[in-house]
Amino acid sequence: MEKINGKSIFNGIAVGKILFYSKDAGQVKRVKITDTRAEMERYNRAKEKAVDELNAIYAKAVKEVGELNAQVFEVHAMMLEDDTFHDSIQNIIENQHVNAEYAVATTGDNLSAMFAEMEDEYFRARAIDVKDIAERVISILLGKSTSNNIGNEPVIIVAEDLAPSETVQMDKEKLLAFVTRLGSANSHTAILARTMNLPALVGVDIREEWNGKTAVVDGFAGELIIEPDEATLKEMRERQEEVSRNRELLENLKGKEDITRSGKKIKLYANIGGIGDVANVIKNDGAGIGLFRSEFLYLESGDYPSENEQFQAYKTVAENMAGKKVIIRTLDIGADKQVDYFRLEKEENPAMGYRAIRICLDRRDIFKTQLRAIYRASAYGTIGIMFPMIISVNEVRQIKAIVEEVKKELDGQQIQYGSVELGIMIETPAAVMISDLLAEEVDFFSIGTNDLTQYTLAIDRQNSRLDNIYDARHEAILRMIRMVVDNGHKHNIWVGICGELGADLNLTKEFIRMGIDELSVSPGAILPIRKIIRETE
Amino acid sequence: MKNRMKEFKYTIKDEVGLHARPAGLLVKEAKKFSSKITVCANGKCSEATKLMAIMAMGIKQGQEVTVTIEGEDETAAEQELKEFFSSNL
Repeated sequence: MEKINGKSIFNGIAVGKILFYSKDAGQVKRVKITDTRAEMERYNRAKEKAVDELNAIYAKAVKEVGELNAQVFEVHAMMLEDDTFHDSIQNIIENQHVNAEYAVATTGDNLSAMFAEMEDEYFRARAIDVKDIAERVISILLGKSTSNNIGNEPVIIVAEDLAPSETVQMDKEKLLAFVTRLGSANSHTAILARTMNLPALVGVDIREEWNGKTAVVDGFAGELIIEPDEATLKEMRERQEEVSRNRELLENLKGKEDITRSGKKIKLYANIGGIGDVANVIKNDGAGIGLFRSEFLYLESGDYPSENEQFQAYKTVAENMAGKKVIIRTLDIGADKQVDYFRLEKEENPAMGYRAIRICLDRRDIFKTQLRAIYRASAYGTIGIMFPMIISVNEVRQIKAIVEEVKKELDGQQIQYGSVELGIMIETPAAVMISDLLAEEVDFFSIGTNDLTQYTLAIDRQNSRLDNIYDARHEAILRMIRMVVDNGHKHNIWVGICGELGADLNLTKEFIRMGIDELSVSPGAILPIRKIIRETE
Repeated sequence: MKNRMKEFKYTIKDEVGLHARPAGLLVKEAKKFSSKITVCANGKCSEATKLMAIMAMGIKQGQEVTVTIEGEDETAAEQELKEFFSSNL
């Protein structure tokens, strides 16, 4: 028995035989031909077939993983029909009198090398797309089945890397899990694995000798276990059954309302950290997005993201959620999230330092750019905004004045925007204590339990020596939540929880008893919580 | 001279730049016209009907592209391409 670590993409357990999947690289032979015209026709037929296949995959993918994730196949079809690609192949066949397979492979290699050398990360990643389409045409030319025949027995696929078309084309019934060396948590394949509910590990130091061996993929622990012993196998099979039993029960909850037996409706929303998470929200049937962390726009960028860049991101999410509520939290950097170009000074105590709304109210240009982008996007869906790290009524009034300025500017430019709910995060003990006053100023509260717990218990979240006394369910926190809910309701505003505590299944009933209106949790936690809500009186 | 070549400039607003999908749509658009359509940016030019060539220019957000159109239907092409850029990029 051997255990190997990797980065888990999807929590699940798979037990089965490993299939070491290789792309048969280097199988293309250079063959001299005489009839170049016939060879070109052969190529054209193969290309037409490849385009047909891609259109079919596209249609299949739209159904299985949604339009956004499926677009890659539409792009592949476009690339195949591209003149640059076509002309290069024609040139090679006609001038070098060689077979179509060789011409396609050479063209694919050249173009993919060109993309691989580009500076921009997005364009660099297109290298694999070019390789993918070239391989598809070659398979057709060679008369190989391109449905990636993985045999009749379900297997754990182990590969260097997997192209999106490869993962989607594999017969889902025969797939247990993916294990790859390359690929990031945000790659197409990772997104697809997640949407297909397949356990997957990336960053694994794979070895060809594993082919045919029995293995376990434990997505919860991020472990691949090669040739597990009897006891491990038995344990894993039991856990696997439990996981799949639970998942089946949960699948039945899709499309059902988040409502208690006595008829109280709960807004069960999702927390997301980027555009890529939206597919997961839709897949898990989230009723909205309760926390859209806007930091990724700043963290992934080398400079302040422009209004348009932000607008596009917010608009995409709003449109994809098709009218369901999307609550965007304004910039929350500082503390453990640092961005170089902000040039923040080093602080003795960053958790209590220059961060979040404190930066925004100090550097209004940054704040206004973000607010303008959000308001512009609000014309394309139902958007709410919430502001982090509030400690005073004065801050909220300043924010509202800036929001008014932004709206006036947009009016002046005749730019449309929708009606936007404004709320605040309750994540400081100060905000809890004056929640009655704050409630008069805003449309909703969202309790950020992570920071609230750290400030209330005076325990630094990053300090692992204090893990044993860190009690997320501390009575002090529960009392605070109760207080915030009561104060919110007295002023007729809704109150939610978007911190990790909101996803604590042991507390769901308690939260509902307290009168909480909204829970915003990671997409994977939506269905388990829906189950509890529906069982609560 | 009957044809006087049309030209317009456009600054890319899409956050990923002139990426694969809009580039593919641009090609489809350009192929509707008989005019020769060229896209230039960063001192490089490429025919608007060539997808990979356009992608290889690596045009990013904030960069300005110059589109030139020359041929029989250049007036109609200019009109449609302008609309295409502002609604897709």
